[in-house]
Amino acid sequence: MSRFVTALAAGALALSGLPALAQPDPADWDAVLAEARGQTVYFNAWGGSDVVNGFIAWAGARVAEEYGVTLEHVKLSDTAEAVSRVLAEKTAGQTAGGAVDLIWINGENFAAMKQQRLLLEPWADSLPNWALTDPEGNTALTADFTVPTDGQEAPWGMAKLVFFHDTARIDTPPATMAALGDWSAAHPGRFTYPQPPDFHGSTFLKQALIELSAFPDLLEQPVPDDELYTLATGPLWTFLDGLTPNLWRQGRAYPQNASRQMQLLADGEIDIAFNFNPNEASNAIASGLLPDTVRSHVHDGGMIGNASFVAIPFNANAQAGAMVVANFLMSPEAQLRLADPTVWGLGTVLAVDKLKPEDQAAFAALPLGVATLPPQALGPTLPEPHPSWMVRLEQDWMQRYGVGQ
Amino acid sequence: MLASRAGLIWLAPATAIAVLAGPVLAGLAGTVLPAFGYFPSLGGRALSLDPFAALLAWPGLPASVWLSLGPGLLATVLSLGFAVLICAGWQGTAVFRAIERALSPVLSVPHAAAAFGLAFLIAPSGWIARALAPLAGWQVPPDVLILHDPWGLSLVAGLVAKEVPFLVLMMLAALPQARPEQSRKVAQALGYGRAAGWLKTVFPRVYPQIRLPVYAVLAYSMSAVDVAMILGPTTPPPLSVQVLAWMHDPDLALRFQAAAGAVLQLALVLVALALWRGAEALVATLGRRWAEGGARRAAEGAVRAGGIAAAGLTGGAALLGLAALALWSAAGVWRFPALWPETLGPAAWMRHGPELAQPLRDTALIGLGAVALALVLALWCLEAEQRGLRPPGRTLSLIYLPLIVPQVAFLTGLQALAIGSGLDGGPGAVLVVHLVFVLPYVMLSLGDPYRAWDRRFGIAAAALGASPTRIFWRVRLPMLLRPVLTAAAVGFAVSVGQYLPTLLIGAGRVQTVTTEAVALASGGDRRVIGVYGIVQTAAALVPFALAIVLPAVLWRNRRGLRHG
Repeated sequence: MSRFVTALAAGALALSGLPALAQPDPADWDAVLAEARGQTVYFNAWGGSDVVNGFIAWAGARVAEEYGVTLEHVKLSDTAEAVSRVLAEKTAGQTAGGAVDLIWINGENFAAMKQQRLLLEPWADSLPNWALTDPEGNTALTADFTVPTDGQEAPWGMAKLVFFHDTARIDTPPATMAALGDWSAAHPGRFTYPQPPDFHGSTFLKQALIELSAFPDLLEQPVPDDELYTLATGPLWTFLDGLTPNLWRQGRAYPQNASRQMQLLADGEIDIAFNFNPNEASNAIASGLLPDTVRSHVHDGGMIGNASFVAIPFNANAQAGAMVVANFLMSPEAQLRLADPTVWGLGTVLAVDKLKPEDQAAFAALPLGVATLPPQALGPTLPEPHPSWMVRLEQDWMQRYGVGQ
Repeated sequence: MLASRAGLIWLAPATAIAVLAGPVLAGLAGTVLPAFGYFPSLGGRALSLDPFAALLAWPGLPASVWLSLGPGLLATVLSLGFAVLICAGWQGTAVFRAIERALSPVLSVPHAAAAFGLAFLIAPSGWIARALAPLAGWQVPPDVLILHDPWGLSLVAGLVAKEVPFLVLMMLAALPQARPEQSRKVAQALGYGRAAGWLKTVFPRVYPQIRLPVYAVLAYSMSAVDVAMILGPTTPPPLSVQVLAWMHDPDLALRFQAAAGAVLQLALVLVALALWRGAEALVATLGRRWAEGGARRAAEGAVRAGGIAAAGLTGGAALLGLAALALWSAAGVWRFPALWPETLGPAAWMRHGPELAQPLRDTALIGLGAVALALVLALWCLEAEQRGLRPPGRTLSLIYLPLIVPQVAFLTGLQALAIGSGLDGGPGAVLVVHLVFVLPYVMLSLGDPYRAWDRRFGIAAAALGASPTRIFWRVRLPMLLRPVLTAAAVGFAVSVGQYLPTLLIGAGRVQTVTTEAVALASGGDRRVIGVYGIVQTAAALVPFALAIVLPAVLWRNRRGLRHG
């Protein structure tokens, strides 16, 4: 056994003999552009949305035209596939020429990759278009679920949790978590949330925790001792204990992700769903998935919001090309298209007042999706709790509701 | 000269075993090491039992283990039972020939697509509920736990719908050797009913031939990930799904626990196989007593009715599910409780049609390559065997290892190995991994007809001065054209359906219709799922159609060979 292990390790070492090339420096942008020309960037991004796929295809055509960079969208069913890939390459000692050049990432996946040193050294805050953002005003750009991004990922869209309901069946949607609990008691089986640790499901737990906890300030720090954790999360578990029997299928089954939850809304199996893209309901109405009676609503006191990022693995093959793509995604041109509700409708990461007047006018002229709330109606944006809360919440949720007890 | 040729043909089984068992065993090592704590890039440098301790501490484990064993065994018993009912009740009749013809389309539907189709049939907002809605007065779908039920019954239904056709196909391949017509005539002359006669005289000789396929069904049913995610329970899910979730968890420390879970999954499959083996002996003892008891009837009507019901249910579920997929692919707005979409249009096809060209091309190239290699290896092995050059003992059964070892137990290990050797990321590497799964199925479907070939043709040809090689090319291969093409079609369908191997070894850079389908399906849009489900089915169906049409065209002036 041990001899086999040694042989395996020796093989891995031998294969890692290739020296890692110097990382491109975005401060010398012309050199980056020159190196990027002709490169193929494999952009690993979730492929479950026609809207997103269409946007990435458009961005690919534009960077090919403008910078001679070929963008290949590797469509993932789960971001973790790309994380696993990079990890497997590190395991095999492949420190250069990796298969993943750019990943759409945030939250836990970013925290894990950063901690395991699977990401390129800081680059994002030296990109030319970084100057068009306002990291002081918009702290979500430099703290991904409170974990400092340290320039290891570049933002490309702002997301905010928004609920959807069908006005054909609900007149006044619940305006707080507690009201949602009461509504479910009155309408059993008509609400559910994606099963944690799905991203959207865990976000629902965090939203509920923020709304219900008596100590919301605690959530910005890593989980303290067990006593404080129990104190902070007690109201959440009381709420969920009451909610669960009134959920769709009495909480004995859950949709696996937000898309399935949306499908349940479309099928009339539930009446309330939610998504991180405030424009999602409008997109779904436009594509015929949801009836045009669906509208958005938010809870009093605000909803969780965060930024979507792209990151470059430590061993990416086309690092310069990946930086060029990341920079392009932050350009006014790309951000305008991303924010256009007829294309995607995500929030922009740019500080619009830092843009040229014609770009400012273009942002101001963007239409609003039929089911999308105007910015002033979206209410305050709540910060994500520290990721350690999410880990504990997911574990406890699994213990309490996820193993059929 | 003679010695060297014998040596060359000897290489066949050795090559096949190396190609198949090698990757599986190497991949297993890459899973077993992390399960015992060795995973240097995550800081695990010493062997320990901590991963198993963590696994045992997971509160969902008992339920998860049960959901691997229970539904897996139940699905296998039902699939085998249904297949036997169909053959016992109807073999040699016009109905049976109709069932035979319906097999190819049903077999071509990929597991995931069939599961989606079934889900839309049986969900509380699905087709059946929509048909009942006016009678029951449902304005909104009833809140009943049909999909994802905690007992795994929907999962069992999905597995049975796909495995019955597979087992019937395997029985069809094995039947000629058992000479069922002669047995039936003798049995009926002695006064036995059709079903009793078949069960007592044919089945005992057919079962040993289909034992391996049955084991493959058992192993697959216990560890399938795609079907279980669409139809199976979620609180907790079956073990294989949970293992995959841990492998995909952002908390990379869970990889150790995932590896331990994968090892446990393998152990569960081995335990289930041992149980099955024990049950075989029991059934054989009881069956012998029953056969010698001399009873002439075996609930004849019930067996025949059961057979037709089994065929109708499984075939109907698969074909109706396929129809639902096709309809969804062209549906505009289609809400509960409408039985038919409000609008129909080619929008989804127009949007996804152009992006299908490249994945379809790669699917075809990889599938054709893998099938071609598999055919060469399989024919080489079988011809070697015919010339009396069998490898010692049962070593050749090692090539069925990929069908028994759960994919979650060896694919990630295999991926690390492929990266380490610099062999991954290209269509060539994907082709080789597909070969691992394609070859066993090609062997399964080709082996029996090859061995059943009447050797007197060879003797006649030899008497006319033909060499063994010439006999192979000019007599045996042409006569076996149809089974060879059928085996190729089965192999191609297997290649089309591969998801995890393509993804892991192709580094996401090799895109087939199946990897695209799974990625796009994660968005849950039924129209996209419909388009890709139909395309996947069509990709697998074309070779089946060719396997039927080609012999008829090629042998249009050789009547005796047409049904070869």
